[in-house]
Amino acid sequence: MATAKKKADEEQSNLPFAYRQYSTAELKEVLRKMYLIRRFEEGAEDSYMRGLIHGTMHLSIGQEASAMGICMPLTTDDQITSTHRGHGHCIAKGADVKRMFAEFFGKTTGYCKGRGGSMHIADVSIGNLGANGIVGGGIPIAVGAALSAKRMKTGKVVVSFFGDGANNEGAFHEALNMASIWKLPVIFVCENNGYGMSTSTERSTAVKNIAERAAAYSMPGVIVNGNIFSEVAEASHAAVERARAGEGPTLIESKTYRYRGHSKSDRNRYRTKEEIEDWISNRDPIMLFENELKEFGVIDENGIEAIRASVRAEIEAGIEFAKASPSPQTSDLANFVYTEQA
Amino acid sequence: MDASVRELSYSQAIQEAMALAMEADDRVFLMGEDIGVYGGAFQVTGDLVDRFGSERVMDTPISELGGAGVAVGAAMTGMRPIFEFQFSDFATLAMEQIVNQAAKMRFMLGGEVSVPVVMRFPAGSGTGAAAQHSQSLEAWLGHVPGLKVIQPATPHDVKGMLLAAVADPDPVMIFEHKLLYKMKGPVPEGHYTVPIGKAEVRREGRDLTIVATSIMVHKALEAAEALAAEGIDIEIVDLRTIRPMDKDTIIASVKKTSRLLCVYEAVKTLGIGAEVSAAVAESEAFDYLDAPIVRLGGAETPIPYNPELEKATVPQVPDIVAAARDLVRGKR
Ligand SMILES: Cc1ncc(C[n+]2csc(CCOP(=O)(O)OP(=O)(O)O)c2C)c(N)n1
Ligand SMILES: [Mg+2]
Repeated sequence: MATAKKKADEEQSNLPFAYRQYSTAELKEVLRKMYLIRRFEEGAEDSYMRGLIHGTMHLSIGQEASAMGICMPLTTDDQITSTHRGHGHCIAKGADVKRMFAEFFGKTTGYCKGRGGSMHIADVSIGNLGANGIVGGGIPIAVGAALSAKRMKTGKVVVSFFGDGANNEGAFHEALNMASIWKLPVIFVCENNGYGMSTSTERSTAVKNIAERAAAYSMPGVIVNGNIFSEVAEASHAAVERARAGEGPTLIESKTYRYRGHSKSDRNRYRTKEEIEDWISNRDPIMLFENELKEFGVIDENGIEAIRASVRAEIEAGIEFAKASPSPQTSDLANFVYTEQA
Repeated sequence: MDASVRELSYSQAIQEAMALAMEADDRVFLMGEDIGVYGGAFQVTGDLVDRFGSERVMDTPISELGGAGVAVGAAMTGMRPIFEFQFSDFATLAMEQIVNQAAKMRFMLGGEVSVPVVMRFPAGSGTGAAAQHSQSLEAWLGHVPGLKVIQPATPHDVKGMLLAAVADPDPVMIFEHKLLYKMKGPVPEGHYTVPIGKAEVRREGRDLTIVATSIMVHKALEAAEALAAEGIDIEIVDLRTIRPMDKDTIIASVKKTSRLLCVYEAVKTLGIGAEVSAAVAESEAFDYLDAPIVRLGGAETPIPYNPELEKATVPQVPDIVAAARDLVRGKR
């Protein structure tokens, strides 16, 4: 008996973090959400091509495991600040794709009632304080939210997502310093996809790994493979635990890659087709996760197909909802500039 | 004078307002550089840290951009920060958070959040601090929808308007002229508010309206007294709020006096004077004008160090007297 149990425990502890931490149902839901992010991005891209969405957008295809892994230990009370590449964060935090599409279509049923669009997508009710059009803009705001959490003793933790480009903004450095001196419950998540628009981190950043910058602010700096869900989730759990215990902030560098261009204007002249192809064929986060799920017997091909079908239906329904929703009236232009007072 | 009204300096009035706000509401706290044991660069927070502790009178690193962002984030999530800039000039380092974040957050998110932050800016020249510590940048922020921008001119008003600002659900920027800090005036005890967005007629008169802001209200009052001896009767409108601007009070006054002089310390062009002039020119008061509108503002230079040059940079009482006299005597 005893030896059998020991053997089972050993097997258990050899499994990657996620397979020890989460139930089968939870793991399937993670896969579903990763598909939801990818298909949402594809749906948004397609709607843009058809002229249903105007402006520009920044797609996070290739970065799904990073968004999902980070958000796993968060509750709907916990808060995030997000970036211009924020659709994945929004979905991972629990947003409804119907209302996201509606926002992109500029409709009143959208999360921001058509005033924000892709770059300001938010769902404050479940703790998403908003994407941001300013590189690094959300980082000090997250520190402020963490200050509120600490002062009001709410037990909330706050995650600030930002890109590799943002780590060269002054706001990043000022925010990390303040979070550290005040020991605030905030987690800085740098999604390093190798480029800020066309400029590679080698050309933009004096350190090899952005996580090294944590040392300057006396906080742990953790590097994870951002395309491996379990690795990201493990780092996020540890950082959340540390934050909730009152031990202060963590900087997580999640190394990943974006497949699409920076935005709609990108001609991809700063990287090679081979580089992109290599990431897609060999390091795709959904593919890697599916392979693991199958290997550990969590799901089979039929199960995966069922997930894909349900996501497809959800995306289609979301786009239909957005199309059918009303546009705001131009007579309401001045709404929300100031708080409406009786 | 009412028994509950005392003479306080402008800075004491601010301090009293902040103390009252903190006593009344746990969510209110102060942030800024050296506002704790040091008491603030202009001793406005003084000893508040002894009463409220270092968590509520919170020293920040010298990080204007980050600090402003922390205040914005705290305001979005349930707190009521009052953020002190050491000098209004340093708003330039925090423009990102003020202009792109605080001002627009509610709008961008379709009304799902509000940002009840108060930012205080010691402003203006006259202290010999030269070009980077003497500016009047209120019109910069006045240009941004989503912000409210106020310039209280008296101890009474700064206390009441600061308390109104703390209660306001939207971001309020307070520009405090440094030369006003020591000025004394009657201030009621206890809690009261002075509304944001309402100008005040400081002196009634028939011959000319002077619309002035902040310290220029006092200079204009001095000029009006001097001209009273010459039989010139001046009305003075203290603008108090530059966004949203109380155009009704300006228009009503100009309809009465038929002449308008605008006096403000900030650089003259593209400023508050242009906005006040346009408000009159675009209104029914235009038909009542008996003379061209005149603006007296700061020179088109940075603020110089030399005290005589510094004085020459911004309108002084004799300048106001001369401009007002010329206007009323028909020399313009
Ligand atoms: C302050 C600021 N500077 C420049 C831009 C224009 N811009 C938008 S996204 C971007 C690249 C950001 O790179 P990174 O932080 O790595 O995020 P990624 O796009 O790779 O997700 C740039 C330069 C901006 N929006 N804000
Ligand atoms: Mg990047």
